[in-house]
Amino acid sequence: MQQFVNFTLGGLSQGAIYAAFALALVLIWRATRIINFAQGAMAMFTTYLALTLIESGLSYWAGFAAALAGGLVLGALVERVVMRPVEGGPELNAVIVTLGLFVAFQALAAILFGATFQSFPAPFGLRGFTVGEMTIAFTPFSVFVIASVVVVMLALTALFRFTDLGLRMRASAFSQEVSRLLGVRVGRMLTLGWALAAVVGSLAGLLIAGGNLVHPAYMDAVIVYGFVAAVLGGLESPGGAVAGGLIIGLALSYVSGYLGSELVTLAALAILVAVLLVRPRGLFSRVAARRV
Amino acid sequence: MTERSGALEIRGLSARYGPVTALDAVDIHANPGRITAVLGANGAGKTTLLRTISGLVRGSDGSVLLGGRDLTGAPAETIARAGIAHVPEGRGVITELTVEENLRLGALLGTARRGSAGRGRLDEVYDMFPALGDRRRREAHSLSGGERQMLVIGRALLSEPEVLLLDEPSLGLAPRVVAQLFALIRDLVDSEGLTVLLVEQNARSALSIADTGFVLNLGRVVAAAGAAELAADDDLRHAYLGF
Repeated sequence: MQQFVNFTLGGLSQGAIYAAFALALVLIWRATRIINFAQGAMAMFTTYLALTLIESGLSYWAGFAAALAGGLVLGALVERVVMRPVEGGPELNAVIVTLGLFVAFQALAAILFGATFQSFPAPFGLRGFTVGEMTIAFTPFSVFVIASVVVVMLALTALFRFTDLGLRMRASAFSQEVSRLLGVRVGRMLTLGWALAAVVGSLAGLLIAGGNLVHPAYMDAVIVYGFVAAVLGGLESPGGAVAGGLIIGLALSYVSGYLGSELVTLAALAILVAVLLVRPRGLFSRVAARRV
Repeated sequence: MTERSGALEIRGLSARYGPVTALDAVDIHANPGRITAVLGANGAGKTTLLRTISGLVRGSDGSVLLGGRDLTGAPAETIARAGIAHVPEGRGVITELTVEENLRLGALLGTARRGSAGRGRLDEVYDMFPALGDRRRREAHSLSGGERQMLVIGRALLSEPEVLLLDEPSLGLAPRVVAQLFALIRDLVDSEGLTVLLVEQNARSALSIADTGFVLNLGRVVAAAGAAELAADDDLRHAYLGF
């Protein structure tokens, strides 16, 4: 029982991170129909930015804020400079470009920051809470992880649901042509979408790094799990992405706990294939297909 | 709503899709307070004309002026902000958004253009089209064809345009609804001095509300005259208008 509780708690906090990462993928997919395979590499890059600042003597929070701000700028730059020329063209072109970016960012990070493992600080304790006499696998840092993902999700929901800007972004995502006829500057909305996605991705990068080792390839596994989570949620809905993230987090935690950690990647692949076979539009898709 | 003053002038406008010439040196003038019909068979270039005016298609030659301001080659969003509201055929509704959200998009543009308050104006559209008011929180894909047409026209009006480009507004609507719609458009033009360019395959009903008309054939203007005159020209009607 204690084991089960621990696996569940660990799965939830890990799942919250996958949820954040899936959210970043969904934001870009909705707006541009592109899966940004460079999302993890971009997040890795901004996490290194934070680490550099923290090691130069600034506080954790200064580094944290700088990484999020850096994500905002990096996302906007990548969209404007690299993605804009391939948007609207064949989907494969955009996919190849994001893969190229992924390789480029990893290589650049290795040159700038070194290809060795470096430890990344955590702002809160990493010792589990004690309940009675037991120490459970839930730390103050886990609370921070889950709280920040919840805050981001609520903020995004509020943005899309209640603001004029959010309405313009959604309109651009659903129909670029009609949006342009209504005076919406669709290009700006796309840039903003990439920027926001990169901020959320950077948050995921920081949360994974906290109390762990970072390395130019440390986000690679997260890309896979985040992608599975996003597909699980149907790629369209932010809510689905979060639910998918939590499900993946829990499932992988149980697999790792009960069956062995070497099976985790295989399990993620199995889940992905199963979802695509049974519910290709995601677990939460409505019955009616979207009219094109 | 405020007085408009945007005459739409199209000079020598051409557009091509690859080797195909869709518009060939088209000259059209549409005045405020008037409905100008653009008629012609399928493939005559009517829809391309509207798409070129609104910036969705880039013209290869010629110019588009709104109240003297040159909008040739400007991006669609700039042209919309300048006051040309294009109501595209059939597909203008963003079906994933609610009725109210669709209308809010129009009101946002209207506010950007004229700084009027958005909220009260949605109610004007609901007064005009009570069916929309009943469904304001529903996603727009649940609307019927007629309701969608009301929605896109209401949305276009909220954007406070100088010029309204209507592409086949009668398509798929019951005759009674068409009559209502046309009466409404006529009313708006007369009371507010809106400039309307009305593209229709249904030439008879278009000419019944239009002031002037242009007939397109294979991308060229083959006739331009007052609406009554066009309707009375038997040869023209038989050759190009099919009634």
